[in-house]
Amino acid sequence: MNAPVFSRRKFTAGLGALVVGFSLDPKLALGQDPPRLPGSLQGNRKLDGWIRINADGTATIFTGKVELGQGILTALAQIAAEELDLPLTRIAMISGDTGRTPNEGQTAGSQSVENSGTALRMAGAEVRAILIDLAAKRLGVTADQLTVADGVVAAADGRKVGYGELVAELDLNREATAKAQPKPPASHKIVGKSIARLDIPAKVTGGVAYVQDLRLPGMLHGRVVRPPRYGSKLDSVDEAAAKAIPGVVAVVRDGSFLGVVAEREEQAIKAREALRQRAKWTLGPELPDPTRIFDVIKSLPSKDATIGVKQGTVPPNARTLEAVYTKPYMAHASIGPSCSVAEFKDGKMTVWTHSQGVFPLRAELVKALKLAPAAIRCVHAEGSGCYGHNGADDVALDAALLARAVPGRPVRLQWMRDDEFGWEPYGPAMVMRAKAALGGDGKIADWEYELWSNSHSTRPQSTDGTNVLAAWYLAEPQKMGPPTSPPQPAGGGDRNSIPLYDLPSQRVIHHFVQDMPIRVSALRTLGAYANVFALESFMDELAIAAGADPIAFRLAHLKDPRGRAVIEAVARKAGWKEGEKGDGTRGRGIGFSKYKNLACYVACVADVEVDRASGAVRVPRVWAAVDSGLIINPDGLTSQIEGGIVQSVSWTLKEEVRFDKNGILARDWKSYPILTMPEAPKVEVELINRPSERPLGSGEGSQGPAVAAVANAFANATGKRIRDLPLNPARVKAALA
Amino acid sequence: MAISLKVNGVSRSVPAEPDTPLLYVLRNDLELNGAKFGCGLAQCGACTVLVDGKAVRSCITPVSAVAQGEVTTIEGLGSVAKPHALQQAFIDEQAAQCGYCTNGMIMSAKELLDRNPRPSEGDVRSALADNLCRCGTHNRIIRAVLRAAQSSGRT
Repeated sequence: MNAPVFSRRKFTAGLGALVVGFSLDPKLALGQDPPRLPGSLQGNRKLDGWIRINADGTATIFTGKVELGQGILTALAQIAAEELDLPLTRIAMISGDTGRTPNEGQTAGSQSVENSGTALRMAGAEVRAILIDLAAKRLGVTADQLTVADGVVAAADGRKVGYGELVAELDLNREATAKAQPKPPASHKIVGKSIARLDIPAKVTGGVAYVQDLRLPGMLHGRVVRPPRYGSKLDSVDEAAAKAIPGVVAVVRDGSFLGVVAEREEQAIKAREALRQRAKWTLGPELPDPTRIFDVIKSLPSKDATIGVKQGTVPPNARTLEAVYTKPYMAHASIGPSCSVAEFKDGKMTVWTHSQGVFPLRAELVKALKLAPAAIRCVHAEGSGCYGHNGADDVALDAALLARAVPGRPVRLQWMRDDEFGWEPYGPAMVMRAKAALGGDGKIADWEYELWSNSHSTRPQSTDGTNVLAAWYLAEPQKMGPPTSPPQPAGGGDRNSIPLYDLPSQRVIHHFVQDMPIRVSALRTLGAYANVFALESFMDELAIAAGADPIAFRLAHLKDPRGRAVIEAVARKAGWKEGEKGDGTRGRGIGFSKYKNLACYVACVADVEVDRASGAVRVPRVWAAVDSGLIINPDGLTSQIEGGIVQSVSWTLKEEVRFDKNGILARDWKSYPILTMPEAPKVEVELINRPSERPLGSGEGSQGPAVAAVANAFANATGKRIRDLPLNPARVKAALA
Repeated sequence: MAISLKVNGVSRSVPAEPDTPLLYVLRNDLELNGAKFGCGLAQCGACTVLVDGKAVRSCITPVSAVAQGEVTTIEGLGSVAKPHALQQAFIDEQAAQCGYCTNGMIMSAKELLDRNPRPSEGDVRSALADNLCRCGTHNRIIRAVLRAAQSSGRT
């Protein structure tokens, strides 16, 4: 049987009679290995899965990637508009809907422009070519005699036909070939421009912009009651007081999952408190001693991998240096707690979610709710910025569990502040040990690096478990899936652990720690923030030992011309003076990385000011230079780099999830402070556009270089190095004592 | 029971208990999306509205406390079609990533510009010290407020 296998679904809600074709396993469809297609076309091969031309001459673009506040839908719209030769005003974006869009997994890892953008670039070029062919037939000329502008195909004699007029003959329910040439960058009119973000006007005027703003007819409000700490069991709860609160519709209990649904939001919040006070729990295991956490992590069972090996001989006169660095647990700490709206109606569950991956989320909901995939639809709606795997997926299951108890009525659930801080999966604590031999020529002769880390990915769509919080607390509890780590070269905990420098001899050992005393998952950059901190701090330590300027020392070990270019550019921009020493309170430092060793190049220079009496570190200024290949939206790229730097300065100076053996202590913004407006550094970014190079992911490019620049600036200022993050007043005072 | 309040110049009556935080009345009864729930603890500023021109945290302000006052939300400043100078400046500076904090930034900035039409950068930073942003959009927000001050000065 070689008949094409694909499912077709009709969705009428909101889009007229849209028909989208989904190709399933292409091997099944074709009975042979299909040709490799670029970007996400590979897994979603039908043109009409990506692009639909409407009779009014507009185009509807479908992407599996979702807006997280990073501006991706604007960038993808630019790419589609460019290739289709349509103005942006005639592009509508549909994103992240298990009922309507391609499955592109998670929107994560700075891969959306590379994967979805490449798919849209190639599909757009192909659809444009198909439209030109149709126009050529209609006008009785050859395709090369036609020009296209703003969705209108014109012949030399002035006759014209618009895309909309060709819709009847247009059949995009066909496999992409990726044979049509996308436009050369020199002829780009929309790509490469700082197009204003499409989502900002609604966000500054109180428009409907977020899942939090969804308001469905008959909608109820839910809240959940989480246990005192991980693994606790709900023995009993007196529901009477909660049920007596006016407006309470249902108390929902399934094993140790406890929640409430009410007519009004404040009623649900009061009922939550009433339940919380009356819930009796058998506490789960104690958390580790926080003062020993790094020893604990190093002592837990791990899967070890040696990577990045280069064999070389170490000269006998080499000097050896060694240093150990640590990074604590850090929170995503979204400003808006996670939120979801769910509706259970006629046996079907619809979940509006700010998950980074609606298809992976659906896979978990199928397991947790014991429903068929066809009975669950997950629709993306924007939330507060997430910066990785926060509570978005968890709250979606919570909302679905509540909605299941009140069929026919949608339930909106927003976590309270302490739910988010106490239960989100944090970025893992890590230990990094670096050791190097410095040859008599002042160059690195040997490099050895080890890191210990839990998983940076316990996201949904586990192959052997259910990776959403409430599933573990049901009467029939499901288990968390095994920890995973993305393979090299991107890596997980070992992301950016292999130096980009040209070293004659090196080994990197990734101790992938399996047991997870504290819940962790993906936080923006995964292991790269900690590894670039350690690696680039150690480069400075080696430079000092070699009596070399930190930038000259880096350049002496780096051949990659694009890497050299960003380092040289940021040095110029910051007015770097070779060999400049700090004065005890002020100093500056550099940090560099190529994100994932395969995405954008970023170098940062930071200035710091240290108040030696209080131990406070201030970062007044940071400069950055960025090479992200072909730039889609310069201002959008600048914004991502700026934001990453400020966020990284916040992580670096302030952030640490505190806990004791009784549980997590981070519960609000007082117990987990972040950088404030008066403390934010001024940031200047220089972009190096490379139109002939493919666009590279950039959303996570600056955090690593920024932490390294700040840590190195502190050492430059004071002559003392802090190897344990964050650089908080207690550490600073101890270092300067 | 019903309680009355005046929001963006219009008197409204809502079926809420007097101790209901103003935030939920604005969002759920009056269907105004601008003010956001961030912490419920007056720590982050996402829920900021003006009451008689003063920036208050609507998440901890009981609706009964504003029964005599005039509440202004971000919807009361302007619209996509007719944005307020601050809203326009935030668009011009692209001063939002996720934008969840933006309401609080604009409302706190409104209070600042009403009492100090020509703020310095330091004034802006101080005025927004209790408004948290997580995306790192701080520099653009500061520039947007300074731009709004300048553009208001010209008109």
